[in-house]
Amino acid sequence: MTQILVMLIDVHAHFYHDRTPRADWRERNASRLSAGDRIGVTHHVASILGSWGLTSPTYFPSPRDLEYGNDALLALERQHPDRIRGYVTVNPNYAAHARAEIARCLDAGMVGIKLAASRRATDPLLDPICELARERGVPVLQHVWQHRRRDWPGQEASDGIELAALAARHPDVRFILAHIGGGGDWQHSLAALRTASNVYVDLSGSGVDGGMLEACLESVGVERLVWGTDLTMETGWAKLRYLTYLLSPAQLELVKWKNAARIFPRGAFPAD
Amino acid sequence: MRIDVNAFLGAYPYRRVAGTSPERLLQALERTAIDEAWVSHLPSLFWRQPMDGNAWLYDTVARERRLRAVPAVHPGLAGWEGTLGEAADRGVPAVRCDPPHYGLDPAGPEVRILAAACGAAHLPLMMAVRLEDGRQRHPNDRAGELSAAAVRALIRSDPGVRLLITHADRAFIEEVHFGSTPEEAARIWWDISWIWGPPEDHLGTLVETLGVERFVFGTGQPLRIPENAVAKLDLVDLGAERRAAIESENARAGLQR
Repeated sequence: MTQILVMLIDVHAHFYHDRTPRADWRERNASRLSAGDRIGVTHHVASILGSWGLTSPTYFPSPRDLEYGNDALLALERQHPDRIRGYVTVNPNYAAHARAEIARCLDAGMVGIKLAASRRATDPLLDPICELARERGVPVLQHVWQHRRRDWPGQEASDGIELAALAARHPDVRFILAHIGGGGDWQHSLAALRTASNVYVDLSGSGVDGGMLEACLESVGVERLVWGTDLTMETGWAKLRYLTYLLSPAQLELVKWKNAARIFPRGAFPAD
Repeated sequence: MRIDVNAFLGAYPYRRVAGTSPERLLQALERTAIDEAWVSHLPSLFWRQPMDGNAWLYDTVARERRLRAVPAVHPGLAGWEGTLGEAADRGVPAVRCDPPHYGLDPAGPEVRILAAACGAAHLPLMMAVRLEDGRQRHPNDRAGELSAAAVRALIRSDPGVRLLITHADRAFIEEVHFGSTPEEAARIWWDISWIWGPPEDHLGTLVETLGVERFVFGTGQPLRIPENAVAKLDLVDLGAERRAAIESENARAGLQR
């Protein structure tokens, strides 16, 4: 008898820990898992951005905070081995630390690399990290400000054009453009990514603009879309529901999990 | 029964939006099991004379029982009293005014006079905090967002005014609600279109802290996909009675006195 896999992979999730500014960190983690169960999320691929601002800035985390956050995520993975996978978060300004932390956390079972906004995507400091991603066969999830017209306080954000430039320098690495619905002009990103065949678009973010999903499909095609939630799970579920009207069942499976399973290391999910 | 108090018809000037025609809106209602939509005319929100869109709106909703018109009233332009009177005569569920887009002070004298007139006419006054995420707006789309201070000022300006505020987030809602007397706060309704669900659980928190009676179902469609408001309700444990209050009863019983 053939087993029919029902999978839904959230490629952009976050968790918190005891050294973050949030007194309700346990409730938020529990809420993500509970809502995920209701939505049908089978795997949360998550990151923790250091101390989320408590002892170093969220987008410029210190090495010590990165290690603590990554360790906390590894602990969550061990606690929920059936449904949590991890991105190792690093700060490229600490180049040696970043490479060592990537090796340590991938060896411990993480499946991707998270780059927040510590250094512009066009910066050569990202190259050794991308080289390591290529060697280890893991994707890089890049935090993106969809159209960065200026510098914003608290982050050295990149936009779609800058990520496309990084992806062109590393054609054998798979990149994920974070949260197309996460604020900023998503049309700017989509225009930049049309020909960037090694960049995938993560559908997460609080934005649920009418016409956005149609534009994603038109610009990069269904085979480069991956599903996610980020900080708002209802928006992810809404996009999934809307996609059922735009896509065939087979295409929907691509967005729900098959595209993700293709870009993460083999064996990261049960279907591999 | 599900009533969407926050829907639009017509084109948006700053980007291509799918589904702006009446036919497409009706398809979206069907898709998301929405029984009734209170619709505003989107293009005229940006016109110098926003009230010019009302005739088309009345004509359009007259052909479809599921749609109810929310006409625009610009209190800085001559003839607005007649527009308001016509709206009351037609039995509309609310009228709308968007001071930031009209170039009016949201708490200024014109808007206060309109608010009082709406109160006298027993019509809720609808205002949007925003239409789009501020981080993505077109460079020439420079109208400010409605401020919480303006909403507080308006609700204090006349004891008869009732406000329906759309596209507000948790921080905005809490600032207005707890910055108002209980009597004032009881005359404001909030649509859920811009309130976050899990894992932040803003909607669930607000229902507990403000009371379920303050919230109505709204989508902001077609600028936003209506599936979002439905998914949000599906992710909060309200029970049937409180869910029905948000989905329809607060709009029917609370707003439409």
